[in-house]
Amino acid sequence: MKPAPFRFHAPTSVNEALALLAEFGPDDGRVLAGGQSLVPTMAFRMARPAHLIDINRIEELRKIAVERSIIRIGACVRHAAFETDVISGQTGALLRKIVRHIAHHPIRTRGTFCGSVANADPASEWCCVLAALDGVVIARNVQTIRRIAAADCFQGVMTTALREDELLYAVELPVLGDDTVSGFAEFGRRPGDFAISMVLATYRLENGVIAEPRLAVGGAETHPRRIAEAEDALHGRAPGAPAFEEAATIAAAAIEPMEDNNNTAAFRRGLVRTLAQRALESAA
Amino acid sequence: MTKRVDITLTINGTAYPLSVEPRRTLADVIRDNCGQTGTHLGCEHGVCGACTVLLDGDPIRSCLMFAVQADGRLIRTVEGLQNGTELHPLQQTFIRHHALQCGFCTPGFLMLAAGILERRPDIGEDELAEMLSSNLCRCTGYENILKAVKAAAVEMKARA
Repeated sequence: MKPAPFRFHAPTSVNEALALLAEFGPDDGRVLAGGQSLVPTMAFRMARPAHLIDINRIEELRKIAVERSIIRIGACVRHAAFETDVISGQTGALLRKIVRHIAHHPIRTRGTFCGSVANADPASEWCCVLAALDGVVIARNVQTIRRIAAADCFQGVMTTALREDELLYAVELPVLGDDTVSGFAEFGRRPGDFAISMVLATYRLENGVIAEPRLAVGGAETHPRRIAEAEDALHGRAPGAPAFEEAATIAAAAIEPMEDNNNTAAFRRGLVRTLAQRALESAA
Repeated sequence: MTKRVDITLTINGTAYPLSVEPRRTLADVIRDNCGQTGTHLGCEHGVCGACTVLLDGDPIRSCLMFAVQADGRLIRTVEGLQNGTELHPLQQTFIRHHALQCGFCTPGFLMLAAGILERRPDIGEDELAEMLSSNLCRCTGYENILKAVKAAAVEMKARA
């Protein structure tokens, strides 16, 4: 099918984009970044935005900035950027591990990190990363810059705290220390499909025991989040099967899984238990 | 109907000055306005990969991009693969390894493979198979496509 008519705006600066969003955001205007979710939705005419504000010509938004403790990913940085070693250290290694699970290469050459966050699909790998690492979403409108914590950003299925006149300007992720290990596991029916569930786990070792554990679940609930109960079960324990199995069991019990035509809540709960264990084992 | 926008698409080195509605996808404009019908449209929502073209060297789904967004960018389609009357190594190995039957998906596979091999001539078999899994083929079962692309990789390296 073909998308319905819309007015096209192609700003070349952030200020111009924000002015357009102020004018057309409330009039069913949408930001167009990679378009790999928005354009198919428009082809099905499930979305019929009156205006598209294409941010692809804004040079400033294509940058990844690495500062001492923060990685700032601009709104137009493509998924494919993370297939390369553009970010060093443990955070880069983690993003490289995860990017291969996102759709397919020709989608990754167009789709953007920030677009996935703004779209907030429950099965988005990047949303899970943001939740796990307590990233920050930087939202701008003509007047203000808001910093939204990951925990406050996701509010439900494809629903975020972003307002209609705001541009998701960038996402900030912490630089993980060299002693941080991470593991990721997801399950989908075929490679490239939307994941039915996923788990991302990171921790450090202090005197042989787990410190600063993070365990986030995506795809199972309406939005990704850290599971505090599972993290508590890991803290201070020696890494290995007993701690991992216990944390995985606790994570599976702590979630409220979604149900759909193909996947029952019990199936998703079982997946999360297995995936949590695999994520933890692969991090070890 | 919304206001048309004047753009220039550069396809296989030829400039096409056009006036298009913003809602029209790059795939439709390549086919209908530029007459380059080698690029096929299967699903029109980014799943099948038949419409894959190269945009500044990167394989993309041309059904998931609006033509107005490609203004000034370099587009390559299957029509640009052969060199004069000589088929591209990928086209030759696709024939040799029987990597097509009905041929509907073939332009997409050729452009996908060309994009991958030009950027990563030394890509390993596992990763290549993973990359090729982005496009759908209902005839071949994929094995022959993988064989053809591997054979083309060898030939392209020998020529480079």
